[in-house]
Amino acid sequence: MTRRKFRFSRKAFAYPYMLFMLLFVVVPLVIVLINAFLGDDGKLTFENFAEFFSDAGGGLTVLGNSLIIGLVTTLICLAIGYPCAYLLAKYHASNKVLVLLFILPMWVNFLIRTLSTKAIFMALDVKLGMGTVLFGMVYNYLPYMILPLHTTLVSVDHSYIEAAEDLGADRFTVLLKTVLPLSVPGIISGITMTFIPAISTFAISEILSSSKIFLFGDAINMHFSKATNSFGVGSVMSLVMLLLVIVANVLVSLTDKEEVKSVL
Amino acid sequence: MKEKFRRICADGYLGLVLALLYLPIFLIIIFSFSGTSNFSFKNGFNFDSYKSLFAGSDQAENLLSALKYTAILAISASVISTILGTFATIGIYYLGRKLKKITLTVNQLPMINSEVVMAVSLMVFFAAFSFIFPQGMTRLIISHVAFCTPYVVLSILPRLQKMDPNMYEAALDLGSSPLSAIFKVVIPFLMPGIMSGFAMAFTLSLDDFIITQFNKGDTGIETLSTYIYEDARVKSLEPFWFAVFSIFFVVMLTFLLAVNIKKNGKKEAKQ
Repeated sequence: MTRRKFRFSRKAFAYPYMLFMLLFVVVPLVIVLINAFLGDDGKLTFENFAEFFSDAGGGLTVLGNSLIIGLVTTLICLAIGYPCAYLLAKYHASNKVLVLLFILPMWVNFLIRTLSTKAIFMALDVKLGMGTVLFGMVYNYLPYMILPLHTTLVSVDHSYIEAAEDLGADRFTVLLKTVLPLSVPGIISGITMTFIPAISTFAISEILSSSKIFLFGDAINMHFSKATNSFGVGSVMSLVMLLLVIVANVLVSLTDKEEVKSVL
Repeated sequence: MKEKFRRICADGYLGLVLALLYLPIFLIIIFSFSGTSNFSFKNGFNFDSYKSLFAGSDQAENLLSALKYTAILAISASVISTILGTFATIGIYYLGRKLKKITLTVNQLPMINSEVVMAVSLMVFFAAFSFIFPQGMTRLIISHVAFCTPYVVLSILPRLQKMDPNMYEAALDLGSSPLSAIFKVVIPFLMPGIMSGFAMAFTLSLDDFIITQFNKGDTGIETLSTYIYEDARVKSLEPFWFAVFSIFFVVMLTFLLAVNIKKNGKKEAKQ
């Protein structure tokens, strides 16, 4: 009887947190969901969705632009980051400080880094635009790509590589058919860690293009600002963003499961 | 020979990427001693940028106030989320299977969600219940706790899973009350996880921009990130900011490097 009582009491430690999360994480998202269906007059309507998907609202154009910039950023990060993570794991697996040097910039406030690059571009008379935005994005998100890639590549069992070599594979084949497939979970998690923040960020594109290039995050920010005050459309955009996040994470968990299966 | 060549190429590539990552940082530090903001030494080497920090300007005063608010926010948010998260983790561990799964999924939400969406949702929520949550620090602390605590929970949970449940039972058998068993046996065992959760919450709160920007309201509270955004985004970067950024780069990078090298050293010593 007494045992039962304190078991109950230990479980109860979670209740304040569950209440907190319900109140400040779940309820706010529900309010956004409701907002998406409310018109200016407070009545139920699909106008916000109509405005977002119409040509005049421009929501789809912004979404398309953001997806393209996010995709290009992610691909460049992968193209630069994969060789980095691979070479680090191959030649410097025991040198933790070197790995750390690649990750450290992540911890310096991104506004400071972005404003620094902008100052340099302006001093060099580089025209602010698509090129500078892409540079800023890659510069900002590269560590987020290298970190998960490095974690998976370091843990790749070396005997697989030796086995492939013993079976007559040359270096390139080993990389393509052994190391690359084994690092897929790292690639996927690197892609989500770069892609989702890249499409939803605001400030980076604003600063590095002098507000010429407008991304999804900037658009959400604008709709919720006091000047525009179009919470409805902003809420629709937030829901679209949330949907993208969920799809990305389902993809990640699917590859994780496959990996578990193949190991078993 | 061929192997050696490959290694040199590899190191060359790594060096190139590193140089690219650190080039802006070094350029800012070097030219913080020029007193200009156009990357030239036309006035020679001087400390004008650093002197402007102490000139008693509005900018310097605002920066100081922003630093104060950043510190208050980061300390209170990380302390609250560490306490909330520690007890939450112990509770979650003993929850029934279904409830545990739901709680951990909700716990994931702030971590995977796009920051803009989280910021906006909190802003709308606070606006709807503005009579309960006054503008200013209350809102900021709540929102920071909401996005920091999940990280605390996830840094303690693995440690708890490693704990021998007999330890707690033994404490009870030796006459300890359940509560004091938690405080004297379970929590000390979880300490490493609690500390790294605290450090994570502190840095996350310190570094946050988007959530603070949306929820600071118009009470005049600025944290370091939002003040930099307000001031330096519109004008071009002034020598004042060159000095501030340089100090930040040097302090942050040496601190992180020192902490991590020390940690690695300890790990190696153990092995």
